[in-house]
Amino acid sequence: EACSTTEDGDEPLLCPTGYECHIISPGNPSAGIPNRGQCIKQRGNSELKSAMGEFKVHRVRFFDYIPSGIRALAFNQDTERIAVARMDGSVEIFHCPDRCFQEKIIPGREQCGIEGLSWVGGRLFSAGLNGEITEYDLTNQKVKYTLDAYGGPIWAITGNQQGTHLAVGCEDGTVKLFELIEDTIQFERNLDRQKSRIISLSWHPSGSKIAAGMMDAIQIFNIETGHSIHRMLVDRGVGTSRSRECVVWSVVYLSNGTIISGDSVGMIKIWDDQTGTLIKSHFITKSDVLALSVSRDEDSIVAGTSEGTVVQFQFIAMVLGKDDKEWVRTRTFKNHTHDIRAVAEITTAVVSGGMDTHLVVKPLLDKIEVKSAASAFRKICFPHRRLVSCAKKSGLMLFQYTGHLELWKLGESEGQGMPGSSLLIKKNPEKLLHLKLKGEDHIRCSAVSPCGEWIVYSTASSLRLYQLHCANNNVSITKISNLPKVLSSANQLCFSSDSSHLFSASTQSVHLVSLSQDGCKFVGTLKPKSGSHQAIHLLAASEDGKWLASANSDHEVHIYNLQTLKAHCTVPVYSSAVTAMGIHPTTNCLFMMHADQQMFEYSIELKQYTDWSRTVQRKGLHSLWLNRDTPCLNVMFNPQNPSHVILHDAYMLCIIDQSLPLPDDKALFYNQLTLKSLPEKQRKSQSHAFKVCKTFKDILCVELMSDQSLVVVERPLEDLATQLPAPIKQKKFAT
Amino acid sequence: MVEKSDIRVVRCGGSKINLRPSVFSTDSRFVLCASGDSVKVYSTRTEECLHSLQGHTNQVTGITLNPANHLQVYSCSADGTVKLWDFIDGILIKTFIIGYPVFAICVSEKHEGIIFLQLSMATNSKSECLQLVAVHLPKSAEQEVEAKELSAVCSHISSNPSCTALGRGGEFIAFARHLQLNVYFFRKQKTYSFSLQATDKKGAKNAFTCVACHPTDDCIATGHEDGKIRLWRNFNQKKEYTYSTLHWHHNAVNTLCFTPEGTHLLSGGIESVLVQWKYGADNKKELLPRLGGAILHIAASSDGQLFCTSHSDNKLTVIESNFKVCGVIQGLVKGDDVLTDLMIDPRSKALVLNGRPGHLQFYSLLRDKHLYNLDIVQQEYIYEAGLDQFEVVKAVFDIKGSWLATVEERGRKSSDLEFFLKLWAYDEKTQSFVLNTTITAAHTDRIISMCFSSSEETTMLVTTAEDGQFKAWCQGADADTQQDQNFWSCDFVGSYHNLKPTNCSFSADSSLLAVSFQEVITIWSPETWEMLTTLCQPPGEIRDLCFGRLSCSKYLLSTTNRNLCCWNLLTCALEWSTSVEVSKLQPDPLSENVAAFSYQSKHTDLFVFKPSEPRPLFTHKNVCSEKVHRAVFVPQEEPLNNCDESSQWLNRSQLYFLTQNMDLLTFNQATEEDRMLSSSKRLVIDDSVAVTPFYLLLGKHRQQQQNLNTPSYTGADKPQQPQGSATIKELLHTPAHVLPAASVLCSMFVNSLLISKTGVREEMESSEQEMDSEKEEEESEEEMEACDSQQELRAQGSVDEVTPKLSKAQEKELKRVRKTDFSWMAGLIDSKP
Repeated sequence: EACSTTEDGDEPLLCPTGYECHIISPGNPSAGIPNRGQCIKQRGNSELKSAMGEFKVHRVRFFDYIPSGIRALAFNQDTERIAVARMDGSVEIFHCPDRCFQEKIIPGREQCGIEGLSWVGGRLFSAGLNGEITEYDLTNQKVKYTLDAYGGPIWAITGNQQGTHLAVGCEDGTVKLFELIEDTIQFERNLDRQKSRIISLSWHPSGSKIAAGMMDAIQIFNIETGHSIHRMLVDRGVGTSRSRECVVWSVVYLSNGTIISGDSVGMIKIWDDQTGTLIKSHFITKSDVLALSVSRDEDSIVAGTSEGTVVQFQFIAMVLGKDDKEWVRTRTFKNHTHDIRAVAEITTAVVSGGMDTHLVVKPLLDKIEVKSAASAFRKICFPHRRLVSCAKKSGLMLFQYTGHLELWKLGESEGQGMPGSSLLIKKNPEKLLHLKLKGEDHIRCSAVSPCGEWIVYSTASSLRLYQLHCANNNVSITKISNLPKVLSSANQLCFSSDSSHLFSASTQSVHLVSLSQDGCKFVGTLKPKSGSHQAIHLLAASEDGKWLASANSDHEVHIYNLQTLKAHCTVPVYSSAVTAMGIHPTTNCLFMMHADQQMFEYSIELKQYTDWSRTVQRKGLHSLWLNRDTPCLNVMFNPQNPSHVILHDAYMLCIIDQSLPLPDDKALFYNQLTLKSLPEKQRKSQSHAFKVCKTFKDILCVELMSDQSLVVVERPLEDLATQLPAPIKQKKFAT
Repeated sequence: MVEKSDIRVVRCGGSKINLRPSVFSTDSRFVLCASGDSVKVYSTRTEECLHSLQGHTNQVTGITLNPANHLQVYSCSADGTVKLWDFIDGILIKTFIIGYPVFAICVSEKHEGIIFLQLSMATNSKSECLQLVAVHLPKSAEQEVEAKELSAVCSHISSNPSCTALGRGGEFIAFARHLQLNVYFFRKQKTYSFSLQATDKKGAKNAFTCVACHPTDDCIATGHEDGKIRLWRNFNQKKEYTYSTLHWHHNAVNTLCFTPEGTHLLSGGIESVLVQWKYGADNKKELLPRLGGAILHIAASSDGQLFCTSHSDNKLTVIESNFKVCGVIQGLVKGDDVLTDLMIDPRSKALVLNGRPGHLQFYSLLRDKHLYNLDIVQQEYIYEAGLDQFEVVKAVFDIKGSWLATVEERGRKSSDLEFFLKLWAYDEKTQSFVLNTTITAAHTDRIISMCFSSSEETTMLVTTAEDGQFKAWCQGADADTQQDQNFWSCDFVGSYHNLKPTNCSFSADSSLLAVSFQEVITIWSPETWEMLTTLCQPPGEIRDLCFGRLSCSKYLLSTTNRNLCCWNLLTCALEWSTSVEVSKLQPDPLSENVAAFSYQSKHTDLFVFKPSEPRPLFTHKNVCSEKVHRAVFVPQEEPLNNCDESSQWLNRSQLYFLTQNMDLLTFNQATEEDRMLSSSKRLVIDDSVAVTPFYLLLGKHRQQQQNLNTPSYTGADKPQQPQGSATIKELLHTPAHVLPAASVLCSMFVNSLLISKTGVREEMESSEQEMDSEKEEEESEEEMEACDSQQELRAQGSVDEVTPKLSKAQEKELKRVRKTDFSWMAGLIDSKP
């Protein structure tokens, strides 16, 4: 087609590769009016279909998922869990020894910017610019209560090591102390009010003093009297305008009386609290030092800067064997492209997060005894939950964003193609529905029924069920009112395979609701006989509608009989969290993937592990498999070939053929290419159970549809990076 | 069959002074550096060479101050010895014979009586690995001691000596090789090693290039190939070691050096920028750019006031601690190749050759000192790999040294060749060459050779080029430039059957010009530009062409790759020819002699002959193992009078030649050398301690007096002149900055001219002896201060105040002495305008 980029009379230009035609105002070819438009970069939100061996694959790239930037980190030494607060107000709990599996997600709310996060004992508190202190109920994965501090926006929150008090720094210049009492906190007192806002706080480990970072100054308060002991002025930057205040973004108070501060001038300053004098200052960046964290032994400090670097300082004896130690700048890590808003030095690693939304776990090699997959470098880009649910039978996909849902219909393609080739698209994918939430809360979970008729989602406070009507291109939904009372909120939602029932997991139990055209009816509640009170994060229903499995964050997996509505059995508890599970359609075996990449198959009828699972455990898995760093997110079964189990994580798609032998550690793990080159006879002896496909990258979801096509939802990280705000401009050598 | 001759090939002058880091004396008044077979002591203020500590017979590979006595220095050499010197006075104190070639030395205060040497691994001397051994120096009074107590400290260390460094107070030694850093603690006798990945994720090369240790803290700085500097700490643990990284250099870090206080770290590399990092505040750095060649070594004086950087262009730069360059000590610049011939500037008698890129350097061989650089290209040189820069490829002086012709070219490798012919006139006022004419398109293709006419009256330049023409250039012959007669223009263009001219040469009286065209020599008359005759060579392209001199001026010599031919120009017939492959033919401008270097069966032989007779005067087999393409006769300062036939050719001028390894070698007579050596040795034996030049002067004088006082009075009547003039010579040869005040010298100067009366002497003798005993006491204290000697001098001056009566003959003698001295001085003034 001729377009405005085409000269009069010329042949129509083709958009260059990687670009596509974007027609702004269509012309009239018959009247000679060309289209007006431009070549734009392909956003990849056109669905590509490619034929791949056995499956037709829908490559979906139009899920515009953007994770939220990381604002705060808190590490709990006792439980070894990291709490991560994001810009959208959500709080996530990662379990460090279990390969940093994202155990819990507490969705945020609109207008709830978290500024600080603090563990006090086993309790997690956050405070934000809305001026409220929030405590979280971690078992039920929701907000326990919020409390207004009455001091304006809160910039910092920190609890003392004794676990008795919580201090918050407010916009009005007060440091407010709250006493922790059973189930709640109580305001105790204000420390001396300052003129400027309190940006950062740090308790002395003894709990008797607190250091507060402000504009241009650091103040030390005595907790007993509430009066200031010292006021230390921080220099404004050299070369910057004098009027620009120096913000002390972060302070750390050490037990030997040293205070370390990081400020907007780019300096790390080391102060003495006895005299209130500056001991040493290190210039580490031209922009801001935004976060500081000290190791448990107080021999190392990490600082996050807005250039995306983490700088480590260590307390080192300058002369070996002497006690005379100094803070020396040692390592620099650059794993972020954007500002680092939060750092935490945990036992064996440095965890950092920032505006580029990735959580990076950089192991400190000198602290690690044995190098293993558990202590490897990790960059966590995507949540360890599924954000996409597919209606297998009707080819619909439901995308879960924080504040809305999108329902898309998959495209259709023409005929057959060679394996590996891409097919022509006959019909483009179509966005059927954009469902915007009302209220402040963000979506916690959502699901679309396999038939595509029902959509359900839940926030922390409410659950909505919709019926979808599709008639000649007209899509309409009706909200189902008068839901049973049990469906007030859900932690996880799931439909039965025939779409007749909805399973809604509340904290410990699963409610069963039957769906019909008339509406829904509460059928019953499934409760485990015993076990923990942790919330359920995974549900799996069997194809024949007989069984339901639920997994909770205490790694327990319960199996319920849906006919008797009773708990059937409990799978022996494994030390690592379940990341994905599925019930085999024919054998009714529960297939479970764990965060440490182990896999188990449990026969529901026999209530024991299957022979194959035992073989796997006996022989062990290949080290390359165990060293993968993202958890498997879905377990699917190929109805055409019952021995095939399909798994996927963020980087690959894997088919496990249970009929083939398992690879031992010496065997070539990624052997598809070598197999191809081998003659037919040898191929058999060389092949093993794992077939890995790395064609796709940055996978959010893979689902096998009823028509034997695979839906692969990708979210390329490069696309994500382009949608983030621009990072600080840094001069690079030779540019 | 080797001819029995006492002429040897010796390394002479122009040695590398950048091979090893230089060393500052404790008072930072002197800087010492290894230079060839000797150690040179330079003054940091005047940049003048004070002494050359000679005695090693092979390359000096390391120097270090004796920690026990800061006036002494250890030097080690590939000849397998370690020598201890008093560098202030230039005296060899002791020689320790190790027996193996030594590659580097380090010492520490903590390890008394031990020096650490790097030797090659005993098992296979060919491998690049060295081992570090501790040598216990035996305490013996003898001058030459064999050090037998060797104990290996560590093996497999890098062959680069800057990869090994002693740590804080000698507690540990750090040595790096390839990708591994090892730290050996002497007390615990334990080695910790840390290795790096060959490349990091970004593909940077991590191999170690140098190591330095902090003087007070336990911190090791290492330089890497990718330009990073790592500061290692906590290295007494296998796991908890830590390092921080500094990165400014974009290419390998050649050297690192902590300042003595440990407050700063200096680093240098190919960028020729000295970088000073503030220790502890890693971001703060200071840069000193544009230092010339790549920085190879950095040394800091013990008070931290001065730094000395060694550069790849054979230069030492002395830098103050406030980053100001305060001195440059330039050695003979040797690039990868010398494109110009070796030449002698007829005025200054300096050796002229390619120096820094785009420059000609003038180097005084006699003083072994770089005189100055002449910028030929006059364009900024940019250090960048692969950039094609203008290079001076040809240069030639006329016979008086008043004209210099140069050719610079660019793009020889690529097709687009650019070249300029430049003519430089000597300016008496500025004592330098000034650009007179630039000829942009002298020829259409590159110039192969050029020469000036040798006549005194008219200067003429002849160039031959690949375009098949030779051109003669004259001053102001062109009609267009008549307003100024000084410019050069083309006078004649000649060619011969479109053959490519290869070489040209003027006869000694400039009446004939010989131009060789491949296999044909054409003889032209420069007056009429008429071709006189052609001489047809036996097959082979002509390489070198030269006329005989003086009595042999009727001969023309030519070489091909197989033959050396001598033509008689009177008969136009071949006089004689020999089949020898001559790589370089060099006539001596002061005699009839011609030197021919011939390369045969992997070594070069030298023949010196007169064109008149085919029998060589002198033959030296196996001069070196490489081809010799550059050689030059340098006029002797004063003619020698050797009677020996084989060495007679060295009487007027000395032959220097350059091997392909860029070693400047010369032929020297053993007898002469021995004489020089013995004279210096005698001085050393005379007063083995604390000999300053001034003291030497004084002591000699006194000795003379003592001689006079000996019972045989016959010496009293001896003419005093030789002794006096020797004293004056000493006086004049001593650098001005080490001389005492002129007032002090004056009386002595006069004294030296006076003839002492013996009668007075007798009384003096006792007091003289007393002074000697005093002197010995001082010697036992090992240090003698300059003021003492001055006092002594005054004492002596007062003694001499007793005016001696002069006989008439003596008075005459005195007058004569004064006269001669005066003329001497005048000569000196003339020569140093």
